[in-house]
Amino acid sequence: MDRIYPDIEAALDCVEDGMSVMIGGFGGAGAPIELIHSLVDRYRRTGSPGRLTVINNNAGNGAIGIAAMIYAGMVAKMVCSFPRSSDPKAFTDAYLAGKIALELVPQGTLAERIRAGGAGIPAFYTPTSYGTEIAEGKPQAEFDGRMYVQERWLKADVALLKAELADTRGNLTYRKAARNFSPLMAMAARTTIVQASRVVEPGGIDPEQVITPGIFVDRIVEVANPRQEEAMLRAGETA
Amino acid sequence: MKKLSNAQIAWRAAQDLPDGAYVNLGIGFPEMIAKFKPQGREVIYHTENGILDFGEAPPAGQEDWDLINAGKKAVTLNPGASFFHHADSFAMVRGGHLDVAVLGAYEVAETGDLANWSTGPGSVPAVGGAMDLVHGARQVWVVTDHVTKDGKPKLLRKCRLPLTGVGCVTTVFTSLAVIDIAGGRFHLREKVPFISLDELQALTEATLVTDAPVKELNVPDLSK
Repeated sequence: MDRIYPDIEAALDCVEDGMSVMIGGFGGAGAPIELIHSLVDRYRRTGSPGRLTVINNNAGNGAIGIAAMIYAGMVAKMVCSFPRSSDPKAFTDAYLAGKIALELVPQGTLAERIRAGGAGIPAFYTPTSYGTEIAEGKPQAEFDGRMYVQERWLKADVALLKAELADTRGNLTYRKAARNFSPLMAMAARTTIVQASRVVEPGGIDPEQVITPGIFVDRIVEVANPRQEEAMLRAGETA
Repeated sequence: MKKLSNAQIAWRAAQDLPDGAYVNLGIGFPEMIAKFKPQGREVIYHTENGILDFGEAPPAGQEDWDLINAGKKAVTLNPGASFFHHADSFAMVRGGHLDVAVLGAYEVAETGDLANWSTGPGSVPAVGGAMDLVHGARQVWVVTDHVTKDGKPKLLRKCRLPLTGVGCVTTVFTSLAVIDIAGGRFHLREKVPFISLDELQALTEATLVTDAPVKELNVPDLSK
């Protein structure tokens, strides 16, 4: 299967209205800015893809990345653990105006729900959130004398990820703490779309160094010298 | 009223960091603790976004924004550091592998309940990793002012704000005292010498148990 796409738009052509979209990154580290901004451009031009559910740890910062998606009006719902940032205006205004829904998930539960989604585990029990309003309405059970809360898997139609190296078989490495949620999201999405700083031939990544095996990756587009969200924010850039 | 500064509270908490411990310091105030780690004591810091053994901030201008902590601040790596994905990071947390987590608080109850994530309706709720940390680390410490900005007790019989976790806090380092929580009670370990036990009790809603001798809480002047 040929996973390599010649350009970003072609790699994203399967993203449609109403889809759930996992987006890698924690703050600016690992945010696939070129993929996100290509979707924003398409939405501004054609009005699609809209009504998206976006799954990320945060809910955008400044006016780029996920914040640009929110400003464009293409996000109906955020699933995240921490919808605050140094400049959370895009999400905060939309949320307080009732224009965007929020599913707040504790960070470790978010990671494990995504992992479970990718691993074929429909639900699991965690001590996290027991006794809090986050646990309300969820099944609870005692194991070995302690109470736990049942959480369900989380899957998505597509995942948008940023990798450092990709080989043409889809094997990935990440850069430093830009790894965060991406290996989990690669497993949990029906179509995993990756922008990689460099694409190499099979064997170009030492098998010992592969973080995400290629079986989890569907589409790759090379984006050399990718933009870094935090660096862009500090430079005052907009989408 | 005279009280310890945040830096002094952080200094006091730092003195209790066990040698060789794996520690997660919450965003903001708890991060100050790293500055006051006693010389010669080895502590390995964990951050939710997938680093063990990160070090100090780099000099201005040398930040690598792919190398950040959970507070989105630029950090450096110590020799022996490692990267891992988010599910492994929280396996370290929930799996009981972290020795200490330190968090801030709006309220702490004598039962060990903690409220630190939501001030109720009208704001944008944000929980981050706090709910995971309080039910994972072997010891859960809180650093906080002893009272609110309006002078009301933060150490209560029962929390009024939405809970972060139930029965999870083990020690509270405040601007006036060090208090251990065990058996659903506040056990006063240390108090500042400039207020009496009665005065401290008046600023604390729940009863302070003093079944062991209460030590003086003495902290260096860190304002210079």
